[in-house]
Amino acid sequence: MSLWSAILVGLKEIWAHKFRSLLTMLGIILGVSSLIAMSALVQGMENGAKEALIAVGGLQKLRVEPQPLPIEQRHLRDFARGVTLDDVHALQASAPEVIKVSPEMRLEPQPTLAANGKFHRTWMTAGVWPVQLEMMEHTIEHGRMFSEVDNELARNVCVIGTNIRDELFGKPEETGEPVIPIGQQLTINGYPFTIVGMFQHYESEADRKARLLREQELAAKRAAGETNFASGPKRSRGWNGGGRRGGNFAFWIKNNTVYLPLNTMWLKLKSGQTNAPAVPTLTNMELKIRDVSRLNQALTQIRNVLMVTHRGVEDFTFRTQEDWAESINVFIRNARMSGGIIAGISLLVGGIGIMNIMLASISERIREIGIRKAVGADGADVFIQILIESTVIAIVGGAAGLLTSFGLIKIIGMITPTDNAPVITVGSMALAFGASVGIGILAGLFPAFKAARMNVIQALRYD
Amino acid sequence: MALLELRNISKIYHLGGEEIRALDDVSLDIGEGEFISIIGPSGSGKSTLMHIVGCLDTPSKGTVRLDGVEAQNASQTQLAHLRNKKIGFVFQFFNLLPKLNVVQNVELPMIYAGLSAKERRERALKALEAVEMGNRLKNRPSQLSGGQQQRVAIARALVNDPKIILADEPTGNLDTHTGEVILALFRRLSAEGRTVILVTHNPEIAAVTPRRIEIRNGKIADKVDERLAGLDRTKPGSPAPISVA
Repeated sequence: MSLWSAILVGLKEIWAHKFRSLLTMLGIILGVSSLIAMSALVQGMENGAKEALIAVGGLQKLRVEPQPLPIEQRHLRDFARGVTLDDVHALQASAPEVIKVSPEMRLEPQPTLAANGKFHRTWMTAGVWPVQLEMMEHTIEHGRMFSEVDNELARNVCVIGTNIRDELFGKPEETGEPVIPIGQQLTINGYPFTIVGMFQHYESEADRKARLLREQELAAKRAAGETNFASGPKRSRGWNGGGRRGGNFAFWIKNNTVYLPLNTMWLKLKSGQTNAPAVPTLTNMELKIRDVSRLNQALTQIRNVLMVTHRGVEDFTFRTQEDWAESINVFIRNARMSGGIIAGISLLVGGIGIMNIMLASISERIREIGIRKAVGADGADVFIQILIESTVIAIVGGAAGLLTSFGLIKIIGMITPTDNAPVITVGSMALAFGASVGIGILAGLFPAFKAARMNVIQALRYD
Repeated sequence: MALLELRNISKIYHLGGEEIRALDDVSLDIGEGEFISIIGPSGSGKSTLMHIVGCLDTPSKGTVRLDGVEAQNASQTQLAHLRNKKIGFVFQFFNLLPKLNVVQNVELPMIYAGLSAKERRERALKALEAVEMGNRLKNRPSQLSGGQQQRVAIARALVNDPKIILADEPTGNLDTHTGEVILALFRRLSAEGRTVILVTHNPEIAAVTPRRIEIRNGKIADKVDERLAGLDRTKPGSPAPISVA
């Protein structure tokens, strides 16, 4: 019996019992679509979790910052000079594994920004080189980044994030028109600075969707003639932990950034502080390495270079994003595993349904099997016929499940419009479909074996 | 050499520790082109003999040689292939597959013989023409009368060109007239040179065949019971009267 005619027989058998086959397939359909939907949701979550990591430069970026001396070097503490611009120059000259070095000199304690008669304190006021823009994945949307010349001449210019603009010049959502304070003045600890550039607004995919949804609702209300949107007086709703998800802190801090030229910071703001060191001491420096897979070699190289400039005094340490990336991976692996187990169980239940229906099917077709054997079907023919029937049910169910999964994901998207968009991957579709076919074959094995072993004489006599 | 040679065949069943000899040391030769009936009351071992002749079962002892092939130790798969190639079955209850139409039913043995779709169709049509069912090709068995169903079943039995047509009570489920038509068909097949074995307990049917074998208590009876075999034909072709022994 050829494979093709066996498949046709299987399809006919399914068609002959449409409703029963549909119910049987339903288990597989639900299993496949839930497996795909689960995998798509986790993929969306992974993308959401990783976007914050990418927003701060990814795994390629690492930070060198000062640390207290180790115990065995405590007696050398007078020689510890911290991370300085000398280190930056040394790394640029002698560490080929490092492709970018960006020094950062923060003002501590945090300065007070003022403009328009408003005040704002922020965490991230730093003197940097223009290269910091690429290093921290910043994008200037309005104006320009300050230049090497601005840095050389220690000009009083700065670039700001959108939150600074919101606090000092007003939110565009509230004023109803874009607020671009380029060319305007703000003061940092009383020193006047000209704003030459502003970053774009950084936000996670989920926040962006939430904001767009809010704007849509607002527009709809405006169109309906409503004007009084807010209930009660304007209020702060309190700190929300920097957003609902941990990664949002990265976006929050980028929006709250003020960058000014390093020399300006050093000469005009730092020099006025008590205990100002004689050499330009950095808060930290950001490095970008050539290749993530050679992270360890890069770290060793950087350490060797810095040990020379620090003359053996180990007053610096490294900070990478490995832990963050690792925790994302662990979280995703767990989510994938738990979702996979649940979807796998529903696939298994679907498989049991197939086995059940195939057993019922062969016991109501005992006579047919007897007749087929009497006219010359051997055990293998019967075995293959039953196996193909169950496999065809699983394949049709799996294909229907693939289609259903798209609808399922649409529905999920409608229920939670602000969450990370589920991403259907070809891999998950192949996996779910393959699993459904595999389960169909497994579920058919036992009924097929039973049918093949049936005694032809008894089967012929069966009523 | 005979087409079918049975030598010292025994079939022994074990039921609850008790040994039942359904067939006891039976030897039988059936030559090519013979028209033969196997008769005997229920429980005589007639069905068991038919199963062994039809390669549905193997004997416990003895040898079976069908068309030169030793079948007594064949596996289930080998038996299936022997049935497919050498035996055409006709059953009392027709045993057509209800979900298939007439042509598909007749094509069934050829599917397992591995013939191409085109050849299957051609041979099925020819076989159906031979039993005068060429005009009901697309009907389901349930849309046919009993006699028509039996003719389709005979076409199915013929279609692989088997050595032996083995009919088990082929008229048992038909009225007298239709039964005679079917019997006439078997006679015609025999006249065409086919080997036909009728298994029956009906003396009138046995009377049609030139050779009769009676099974009694698992053995071939030395002398055929004339009443049972319908040999006592006062009027040829008419139902045999029951003579008082």
